[in-house]
Amino acid sequence: MSIRKRMRRRRRVELDQGRPAPHSLGMTQPAIVVDNLRKSFSGQVAVDDISFTIAAGSTTALLGGNGAGKTTTISMLLGLLLPDSGTIRVLGEDMVRHRYRVLPRLNFSSPYVELPHRLTVAENLTVYGHLYGIPRLKQRIAELACELELTDILKRPAGKLSAGQKTRVALAKAMLNRPDILLLDEPTASLDPDTADWVRGFFQDYQRKSGATILLASHNMAEVERLCDQVLMMKQGKLVDRGSPQDLLGRYGRDDLEQVFLDIARDRRQPLVES
Amino acid sequence: MSAARRIGAVMLRHLYVMRGSWPRVLEMAYWPAINMTLWGFTSQFFSTHSSWVAQTGGILIGAVILWDVMFRGNLGVALSFMEEMWSRNLGHLSVSPLRPHELMAGMLGMSLVRTTIGVLPAGLLAIPLYHYSIFDMGLPLLVFWLNLMVSGWAIGLGVSALVLRFGLGAESMAWVMIFALAPLSGIYYPISTLPAWLQPLAWALPPAHVFEGMRQVMQGNGLDWGLLGGAVGLNVFYVGAAGSVFLYVHHVARRRGLLLNVGE
Repeated sequence: MSIRKRMRRRRRVELDQGRPAPHSLGMTQPAIVVDNLRKSFSGQVAVDDISFTIAAGSTTALLGGNGAGKTTTISMLLGLLLPDSGTIRVLGEDMVRHRYRVLPRLNFSSPYVELPHRLTVAENLTVYGHLYGIPRLKQRIAELACELELTDILKRPAGKLSAGQKTRVALAKAMLNRPDILLLDEPTASLDPDTADWVRGFFQDYQRKSGATILLASHNMAEVERLCDQVLMMKQGKLVDRGSPQDLLGRYGRDDLEQVFLDIARDRRQPLVES
Repeated sequence: MSAARRIGAVMLRHLYVMRGSWPRVLEMAYWPAINMTLWGFTSQFFSTHSSWVAQTGGILIGAVILWDVMFRGNLGVALSFMEEMWSRNLGHLSVSPLRPHELMAGMLGMSLVRTTIGVLPAGLLAIPLYHYSIFDMGLPLLVFWLNLMVSGWAIGLGVSALVLRFGLGAESMAWVMIFALAPLSGIYYPISTLPAWLQPLAWALPPAHVFEGMRQVMQGNGLDWGLLGGAVGLNVFYVGAAGSVFLYVHHVARRRGLLLNVGE
């Protein structure tokens, strides 16, 4: 049996045993509330007065073409970028004023933001483990190495890894603090179909086990259909449509989300039923 | 979760880089040692041709070693910050619970480590080569060392703020900016050597007080508390101002999106 299959089986066993979620979230309050968010750069509007709510424990996709404002929105949710106006509340806290109350319960992964190349995988995870104040750090790194199949590459410099290995290391970093909210920017970009499928399975398992909230920006529509409860469609900085994948398919009269995406991106077709 | 642990993590990240590359560590000690050797022979030559240098053996060697403390103090801060930009790690750090002032404290801590690794061997090497020990200065040496390192920190934080604001195009400032202060710092000559109109400018800089104080000690006049007070007061002002500028620029960077996709 392959390592991957063994790990899947182990995770299923853990679920069946009813292992408690690493963090308990108050399910009554939404995880993320965004109100009238706006951001422009040198007069060019990147995010134009968007509002949305993400329920705790859900998986939401932020979709849109290049330059639609997805990365800008995620950056503002992380507190990496200050909005011109509007409010962002994450886990009940104002992200502009009190981001440091929330950041220990949040994490982020993107293939476009790499970890220091000269450090080994273990060194990178150790540094970030200390930054997130992880107790029993060595044990946590060993757990993640086992879960994400990193044991053999722990001593290799991060800069000498393949794309798939880098993605798994970035995921390990994102999982160090067992985040209540996980923000993912194109998490399976540049991965082969097998590894991408494995990564999606990992997110599903984690979400089920922990009750975490996941927000992901992706261009992979099959991934969105598989993982997400809600889809937010962005175009030119605006939120142009939203709903569950099934809602959107029904309203646009399409068989897959890729067609819905193209309808919206190219102004080809209006929804058959208004949201 | 303690701030000390996060500051330690910032330092650990740079210590890992150093551990993984001995040429880097060697390079830190290389230039101060070469500088000291060059000035040591120059000093030996002058001591037979100049009564002033002959009276105070080692004054030039002491000056060159202490100047390197300031130079390395500056580089230690600026290089730690630029290393984060070169490796595109600023984004990850900025979404972690690490506060900007903790990042700054980690950079200052690394500067202390880098300066010690860089300058200590040069100081030790001077003992067998020139029979001069900078450590003979005793406690005043520690005071001068700390003051010059804090002056270096102020410049390093200023350079880091510039690099954050204007990108890596400004990185050469880390090496260039400090040399603009060198002529006014009175490293190898008394401030009275400068033209009268430049002297007030020189006295507005902490290193001028330190090097003048160092000469007083080496000439056997003891520690001049007035000069020391001047250096400490000015250092508190400059490092406070530079730290505030760095934090302000960090805030501006969040507004302008400069923390996204920074790197080479």
